[in-house]
Amino acid sequence: MIEIKDITKSFDGRTVLHGISATFHEGKTNLIIGQSGSGKTVLMKSLVGLMRPEHGEILFDGRDTMKMDADQMKDLRKEMGMLFQGSALFDSETVLGNVMFPLVMFTKMTTAEARDRAMFCLERVNLQGAENKYPAEVSGGMQKRVAIARAIALNPKYLFCDEPNSGLDPKTSILIDELLSDITHEYGMTTVINTHDMNSVLGIGENIIFINKGYREWVGNMNEIYTTSNEALNDFVFATRLFQEVKDYVVSNEKRHK
Amino acid sequence: MIISNSFATLGRYCMFMGRVFTLPDKWRVSGKRFVNEVAKLGLDSIPLVVVISLFIGAVIAIQMQINIVSPLVPSYSVGLATRDIVLLEFSNSILCLILAGKVGSNIASEIGTMRVTEQIDALEIMGVNSCNFLVLPKVSAFIFFMPFLVIISIFSAFIGGAAVALFTDIIPMSRYIYGLQALFIEWYVWYGLIKSLVFAFIIASVASYFGYYVKGGALQVGRASTNAVVCSSILILLFDVLLTKLLLQ
Repeated sequence: MIEIKDITKSFDGRTVLHGISATFHEGKTNLIIGQSGSGKTVLMKSLVGLMRPEHGEILFDGRDTMKMDADQMKDLRKEMGMLFQGSALFDSETVLGNVMFPLVMFTKMTTAEARDRAMFCLERVNLQGAENKYPAEVSGGMQKRVAIARAIALNPKYLFCDEPNSGLDPKTSILIDELLSDITHEYGMTTVINTHDMNSVLGIGENIIFINKGYREWVGNMNEIYTTSNEALNDFVFATRLFQEVKDYVVSNEKRHK
Repeated sequence: MIISNSFATLGRYCMFMGRVFTLPDKWRVSGKRFVNEVAKLGLDSIPLVVVISLFIGAVIAIQMQINIVSPLVPSYSVGLATRDIVLLEFSNSILCLILAGKVGSNIASEIGTMRVTEQIDALEIMGVNSCNFLVLPKVSAFIFFMPFLVIISIFSAFIGGAAVALFTDIIPMSRYIYGLQALFIEWYVWYGLIKSLVFAFIIASVASYFGYYVKGGALQVGRASTNAVVCSSILILLFDVLLTKLLLQ
């Protein structure tokens, strides 16, 4: 479980995060949602330690990263996996080399053992047969799956995903969402996903934190989002006619059942 | 403003170097990267070094012959002057200015692209010291291979001069070879090699620094690459003066 308390972050005197508090639950897909520029990427980078907030606490199962020294942070990072928006695969390594990388760097596995583990991870994301290709030779969706395989190679306790669906077609997006949801439940990870993809919000959002203009505006899950009275959240999630119709359908269905 | 910015950049460069010169997380991985960098930065530079040195050696020999037209100056002076110019300045300083363009831009653009595509962030998230992991193999490999490049350059330039003697009648080959050997001062070779090691460090570290701190996209990577070449060229010229004063006087 990850808890953040009263996180504040500014750039050049402009406050981007205003005292945000939230809890990201273990074994659940936790979503941070919000419009572009709302501060969700800054929050994600603060969580993983790429940025340091001016104020607040970030607790990984009770361990406050704000009070950690470099060595403690380095140890904690071995428990983290991260999927970047652009996949961030190493161009000079093959797909297999990318997945093997954390195993070679941080375990005492032999090359054969690391290879077996990497192949297992690639099979888990349905990428068997692509191991000898280079990142530039595979599609965007496959790159994301390689990045997921690399992120789970060390069996992390915490998985962070920064806009995992960006640049993907709707069908591939759903596949990536399902994969993230499945591995979260399978390995009991605390998964934090930063997204503004409404299919993800309504499909896998077990714990949703809505950030608006740097403030935590709403917390709930994908079922509660249909009945929220929060205007900013309604405007954001149900902005298109299609999603508005989905909402109307779900709400009227619920009323009928009651 | 410019002075305070320069000090800020120098401070950040020193802190960056502090992170570069730490013990690697995995010696085996760093060793492998070192070998790859020797191939990429060193071996791949040999054709350029050979071609440039051959032609410059030939040009120096021709120009010496044209400019030393006096019955008082012995004909072997062409070989002697070619040798000293090559040993003292061309095969270290000028060669490194050329390599600052090739190797420096290569390093800055490679690391800069890794920065803008979040590959460096990915390394940091995994708990890898990205400065050490990416930069130390490049700096150490280039310093390691630079003396070989200098020696290759020296011999290529001598061969270029010899080709002029062989294919033209401006100087007999025997006189040219005698000039290469006459009044030889061994220290000049060491002086050139010492300078080249310093220049190799400047090229690799400055280019890495500019690449590592890129912010933005492709445009900024290109700009960082240009800045790396300009800055390392100026530093090479500055240290050339300092080292010449220290080592030759």
